[in-house]
Amino acid sequence: MSFLDVLYFIIPSAIFYAAPLILTAIGGVFTERSGVVNIGLEGIMIVGAASSIIFNLSFADQLGNATPWVGLIVAMGFGILLSLILAVAAVSLRADQTVSGVALNMLGLAVAVFTVKMIFDKGQTDSITERFSRFDIPVLGDIPILGKMFFVDVYATSILAIVVAIVAWFVIYKTPFGLRLRAVGEHPMAADTMGVNVTKMRYVAVMISGALGGIGGAIYAQAISGNFGASTISGQGFMAIAAMIFGKWHPLGALGAALFFGFAQALSVAGGSIPYVQDVPKIFLLILPYVLTILALAGFIGKAHAPKASGVPYVKGKR
Amino acid sequence: MSKRVVNILVPLISILLGLIIGAIVMAVSGFNPINGYVALWNGIFMDTYTMGETIRQITPYVFSGLAVAFAFRTGLFNIGVEGQLIMGWLAAAWVGQAFELPAVVHVPLALIAAAAAGALWAFIPGLLKAKLQVHEVIVTIMMNYTALHVANALIGVISGGQERTDSIHESASLRSPFLESITDYSRMHWGFVIALIAVMIMWFILQKTTLGYELKAVGFNKNASEYAGMNVNKNIILAMLISGAFAGLGGAMEALGTFENMSKLHAATGIGFDGIAVALLGANQPFGVLLGAILFGALKYGGLNMPSEAGVPTEIVSIVIALIIFFVASGYIIRVALERFGKKRKEEK
Repeated sequence: MSFLDVLYFIIPSAIFYAAPLILTAIGGVFTERSGVVNIGLEGIMIVGAASSIIFNLSFADQLGNATPWVGLIVAMGFGILLSLILAVAAVSLRADQTVSGVALNMLGLAVAVFTVKMIFDKGQTDSITERFSRFDIPVLGDIPILGKMFFVDVYATSILAIVVAIVAWFVIYKTPFGLRLRAVGEHPMAADTMGVNVTKMRYVAVMISGALGGIGGAIYAQAISGNFGASTISGQGFMAIAAMIFGKWHPLGALGAALFFGFAQALSVAGGSIPYVQDVPKIFLLILPYVLTILALAGFIGKAHAPKASGVPYVKGKR
Repeated sequence: MSKRVVNILVPLISILLGLIIGAIVMAVSGFNPINGYVALWNGIFMDTYTMGETIRQITPYVFSGLAVAFAFRTGLFNIGVEGQLIMGWLAAAWVGQAFELPAVVHVPLALIAAAAAGALWAFIPGLLKAKLQVHEVIVTIMMNYTALHVANALIGVISGGQERTDSIHESASLRSPFLESITDYSRMHWGFVIALIAVMIMWFILQKTTLGYELKAVGFNKNASEYAGMNVNKNIILAMLISGAFAGLGGAMEALGTFENMSKLHAATGIGFDGIAVALLGANQPFGVLLGAILFGALKYGGLNMPSEAGVPTEIVSIVIALIIFFVASGYIIRVALERFGKKRKEEK
């Protein structure tokens, strides 16, 4: 393989692996910016993955090609539903956000596997027949070198993920909603004084993360794994949290970090056939995202600052 | 109602609510909840074999619960118990199979190795927290998955490319013919005695030593402790080290008792995450942790009987446990309800 061949191969698969991470990480950016830590993204992804696969298997005959896309919407709905539990516990009932997030992960996995066992009488679903498919983008695909790297054989889900990241950047930094969201996460009391409804903002943010996490899980299931079992989503949600932090709580930063982690994943999966990379033990590629996140937090790769009020329940009138 | 009564009532009400919602979930899914819970009960108490296995299941939960609780008393949230436990498991399994020693030396050596491996894995987040004020929650989460992949890679190295390490030598095993004979050949092992000792050790450290006093003080108020002349950074690192050692010992229970080896893991074991539930339910008190571990360990093992006897997927138990955590964590609302209730009764009098 020449160097260019390697790039043609590795860049599309990096973006492919990154798509679920990008969406879930953006969801994480929304909640953290509003001051709620969402450790439960893993559980939300699991529920998204399970619901989309079950839906896909049940309706593939009727819906044909459109099945995976409708599956995304179904997963989004279930993701929002699950995230509401976190919102009620962490925002309204002032429960510890980290503890509720851990419980959410447990609940998500248990409910998903419980449902799968109920329906299929075994711990793993069958493989879906209607997956996300690749396509070539006209015109752009004809650009020499770059065209083949970025615009040939692309997954629509990858494009969706990148578009969502850009939209999220616009929403958070260029709209009144985004300004309120950030205010609530940095100084809820000041925001409250200015007439922003802190509780409502935090509910909306948590629900956005539920929606995006659900979609992220559904993309992982319907594009990468093809079925659902207890270990289908194993650490993807936490890697998305890592991407969010490595991206410094910024949507475009999270996008970049998720792409980079996707690159590491693609290398760990396909590295065996690539010169030089095949000499690197796989373990280093597997732990790279996590180690980099720790280094980023420690300030070795630029200083990462969490939103000030992140993780603190807001109690009206309390100083 | 006194604060003490409320503190005991909140977890009890949470358990009850969790079980009730679990029953509703079963009913909605078309199962008979009574059959389900009877199967759960039988799965725990049916005969000496299940009781032995239940105790075997409880043992690592005691350690993971103690690990979470100990860090919590110093104001640290150690979500990394999972990873520390995996490293302890690996260390104990390696010491158990690599050396041939008399049992009096071998067992303690394997336990010390496990505790050291867990402590080392917890040292990194502790150091980062103390020196660079990096939040320990995220670091410990990242360390969990790092541990998972590192352990899998090391198992490959130790076993020469196999999926699991060789079984440990008998001299390192915690199992005994005596325990097997009284529990109908269950995998119950002497680890439960070590777990009880660990509970006593945590109580002793926290209540009877200067170190424990300082750790608790740091947990209550870092700045006040600093002002009083305590070395806050040192205490944070120490708390993480001890917490990690407990977690590592939990892994040793799996290595030296339950499995007597270590297989490559596809996903987290869950014991570490359940430890958060155990500690929360036990209000971070050593004896509370013991009770929490007994409850959750028994539920987890008993739940395995539910599919065969009542047709209910065993995951119902995890659903109930997750709900219990939600309710305990949202204790605020239960407290408010109890206070209202208490006030009303006072007025009536």
